[in-house]
This record gives sequence, structure tokens and C-alpha cells, in this order.
Amino acid sequence: MGLKDKLEFPGQIHETPDGGFVLTKLDDIINWARSNSVWPLAFGTSCCAIEMMHTVNAKYDWSRFGFEVMRATPRQADLIIVSGTIVMKMAPVLKRLYDQMPEPKYVIAMGACTISGGPFFYNTYSVVKGIDHIIPVDVYVPGCPPRPEALLHSMITLQEKIKNDAYYRKQVDKK
Amino acid sequence: MILGEEDYITEEGEFVVNMGPQHPSTHGVLRLKVWLDGETIKKVEPHLGYIHRSIEKMSESLSYRQYGYLTSRMDYLSAHINNLACALVVEKALQVEVPARAQAIRIIIGELTRIGSHLLWFASAGLDLGGVTPFFYAFREREAINSIMDENCGARLTQNFMVPGGIVYDVRPDFQSRVKEVLKQFKDNFHEYNEILTGNVIFQNRLKDVGILTKEDAIAFGCTGPTARASGLSCDIRKMYPYDGYEKLQFDEVISTGCDSWARYEVRMAEMLQSVRIIEQLIDNIPEGDIVAKTKNVIKLPKGEFYQRVETARGELGVYIVSDGGASPYRCKYRSPNFANLSAIPHIARGYKIGDLIAIMATIDLIIPDIDR
Repeated sequence: MGLKDKLEFPGQIHETPDGGFVLTKLDDIINWARSNSVWPLAFGTSCCAIEMMHTVNAKYDWSRFGFEVMRATPRQADLIIVSGTIVMKMAPVLKRLYDQMPEPKYVIAMGACTISGGPFFYNTYSVVKGIDHIIPVDVYVPGCPPRPEALLHSMITLQEKIKNDAYYRKQVDKK
Repeated sequence: MILGEEDYITEEGEFVVNMGPQHPSTHGVLRLKVWLDGETIKKVEPHLGYIHRSIEKMSESLSYRQYGYLTSRMDYLSAHINNLACALVVEKALQVEVPARAQAIRIIIGELTRIGSHLLWFASAGLDLGGVTPFFYAFREREAINSIMDENCGARLTQNFMVPGGIVYDVRPDFQSRVKEVLKQFKDNFHEYNEILTGNVIFQNRLKDVGILTKEDAIAFGCTGPTARASGLSCDIRKMYPYDGYEKLQFDEVISTGCDSWARYEVRMAEMLQSVRIIEQLIDNIPEGDIVAKTKNVIKLPKGEFYQRVETARGELGVYIVSDGGASPYRCKYRSPNFANLSAIPHIARGYKIGDLIAIMATIDLIIPDIDR
């Protein structure tokens, strides 16, 4: 699936003499809107946060994909990019931030530390060996730190995941 | 600011709030517990340990070639200079002579790191105080510096370019022209920084006469780097205890006697230009020759204690190693600049408004993993 297909409107436009109408599925159009305006939480613990800042800036510019609204509070965020090592003392805080985010919510594990502990895997007493011990993760990005291109790719991958989600149908099924 | 169980009102009517560990302007996971009377700060108590990764303990199980690379993750904005400190202490213990070419390249990359670090500080200081545009200006040049690192060291942020006795790889043939290109871009664009932030009256009013750190306090708290130099204290390690060829170079130690946040801002801005001056002296005179001195495959330090200090972008970094004659340190201790600079915040923030605490934090320029290590 190319980038153009992803951004294209998911539906058919039928033109009629008195205006026209759109034919689409509710899930498709909700996911299309949702995936193109993901608001990340401004959350950075260490080195990867700097590469995240580089992804924000003009050269890489993640606002091209609809990510530019960084929120300082978890209550307004859809996505948490865990950029940097999580240690035992920080783990409850991360869990709490995740719990405070409204559904549907997504997690990107950025960098080796968040995947497995990375350089701090052996001989350390304080590092959590992968954040998936604490919260569920949607996309993993390896690297120490990952390049901004890698982070962008992970976000596009997340968008694909959101597009294939059946969020509305699940809500109907529950009722 | 997360409000939680630990926020409460004291008997005297002071409101206690926790700033952090998740807060956009603490630049990481520092938690400051603030006692407020209305908006006035009565007391600040920093809580540490939210990014304690036990780097010192890990160093005890790594060889002398490996242990330095963990320090890239300490003060990640001066990663190269941290690595330099670790390499220098081993060279000092083994009394290895570093080739002149390696020294020159180390200094050039180190000063580029310093410029990049100050650029990021400039960007985030603007961001903290409400200006978004400086962020894009500064990152334009930082991105150019990062691409030089990328081409020559293979990594953008954590360079890991250092090995005891020299450097790992030789630089690329176009290194000199690329560095000159970036310096020209930096110098051509520097006036834009002054136009957008330095000359801004709102920004000046936020910083002037805020967060006074007197010279005596700076000495008492052990502050170093631009934070202490803005209080009139001469403490540049590159001048006082020259290392790795800095004694041959001409540059000024930037000192201001303003003592406030504005002075700290001015010192950092002037330091960037001094770093440019250092690189310009070296870039056309990189000597030919070896890039690394010969050392044994397994480095073993003689029994004893070794200490080496360097000037990172934030102050004095000291590496203290106790060796029992083995292949890895018996004990490794880092004297990190940010830890000492942080200890001054509770003192200087008292009596100011809570908004000024952001300005103080922005100009002291803390890197939290360097505090916790």
C-alpha cells in the first residue's frame, strides 16, 4: 500500500445532478480520520527523546502524517511514544500515565531500552527489561537511539494498524 | 504536572504540588516537589532516581574499552565529550601518547557537540518560555551537525567514536569541507537567533533578575560550566587544566557577572561562537598520521586511583576510577555537572513565582539521566 492510497479518502463519491453522495463504511471513514490525527503525549525519559524532537522538526516533520499536536497531558493524547529507558521507580508512573489516557490508545516502544532493556540488560539492578512487562505495546522500533526515519516508519505502521481496526463494529457488537 | 495523593495543603496554608516526573519543561523525568504560597515558591525539593540506570555499577563488569560507551547515554547531548573523559583517564593511567591527528579530530567533534548541545538548549529554552519558532531555527543547524556525526561516526547522537589511545575510524575525505560548510551556515544564521529571541522584550523580561545565583553560592553548591561562569566564577576546565591539546588553542573563557538567568543565556550564546573559533583554528591544520596509539588488546590499568576531568557542555565531568590491577574498574564514579547544578535550584528558586521556576530550569539546562546515572 503506497502512501497515496493511505491518504486517499476511503469511499466512493457519486455525482448526481442535485449534488452527489458518498458511499463508504462507517469504520473506514472513522479510522481514516483517526489515523491521520494521532496526538502523541510529550513523554521522553532519555536519549531517544532527542531523536523524537528531531522527528518533530522541519527536516523530518511528522506533521506531514498528522502527528504534530504534542500534548502535555495524557488525558488529551491518543498515543504514547515511550522514548527512553524505564526504570523500576518510573514504571508505576508510566502505568498511571497509560491508564489516564482515553480509549482507544496506542503505544510505540522507541529504542532498545524499551524493547528489552537494551544496553542496560546485563548487570543492572534498576532497569525494566522491556516496557511490555508494564503496558501493551503496538509497535517496536529498534535502535540506540533509532533514526528519525525509523520512528516515522513506526508511526506509519501504526496508522496502518489503526486503518485495519474495526473499532466502531466492536462497539456495536458489544451492545 | 500530575496531581495525585502526594499533593496536599500544609497547616500553614501552603499548597504542595509535584512538578514532574512527567512534565514537558523538566526535560526528562525530574520530579520537583514545590511548596507554594499563592504563586510564590516557598520551598523546592528535587526527587531523583526516575532514570537511575546503575551505569556506575555496570562499569565494574565491563572492560576499559567498553565502559566509556555507557557514558554516551548519561549526558547524551555531550556524548562525545563524556567518552573523551573515559578514554583520557585510561590514557593517563597507561601514560599513552595520543597521536596529534586523533587529538585534533577529537577536539573538532567535541566542539561540534558543544555547539549542538547549546543549540538544543536554545531551542528548548525558547519552547519552555512560550516561543515555538526558535526550536525550528536551532534544529536546522543541529541537523546539519548531526549529519556530520552520522557520516563520520556512524551515529547521529551517541557517537561512540572514542577508543583509549585515539579514535576508532579515520574521518572521511570530505570531513574538512563539510565542517566548513556547516560552520558557514551556522555563522550566517546566527543573527537570526539574536533577532528572534535575544532581542525579544518579553523573553528578556522573563529572564532578567530571575534566579540570582551569587558567586559565593555557585562555589558552595559546586556549580560548574556556563551556570557558574554566568555568576562570575572562572571554572573552564579547558583553560584551568588543559587536556588533549586544548593548551595549544586560542579561545576566550566567557564570563558574565550578571548572576541571573539572562546572564546564563548570554554566556551560552557567546560560548557557541568560541567553539566555532576553536574549530576554525584546527580544521585546516589536521595533522597527518596515525589515528590511534598502540595499546594492548586487553587493557589492564596499574593498581591505584585515577581521576580525569573534562569540560562538557554543562560543566565539569570527572571520572574517578579505582583499579585493582584487573581488566575492569574496581570502582567507577562520575562527578556529573548536572547533579551539582541541580542542587542550586532549591536555593535560587525560593521567593520567585512558579512561572519563574520554568525560566530557571530552562537556563540551568539540566539533563536528567546525567543526574541519576
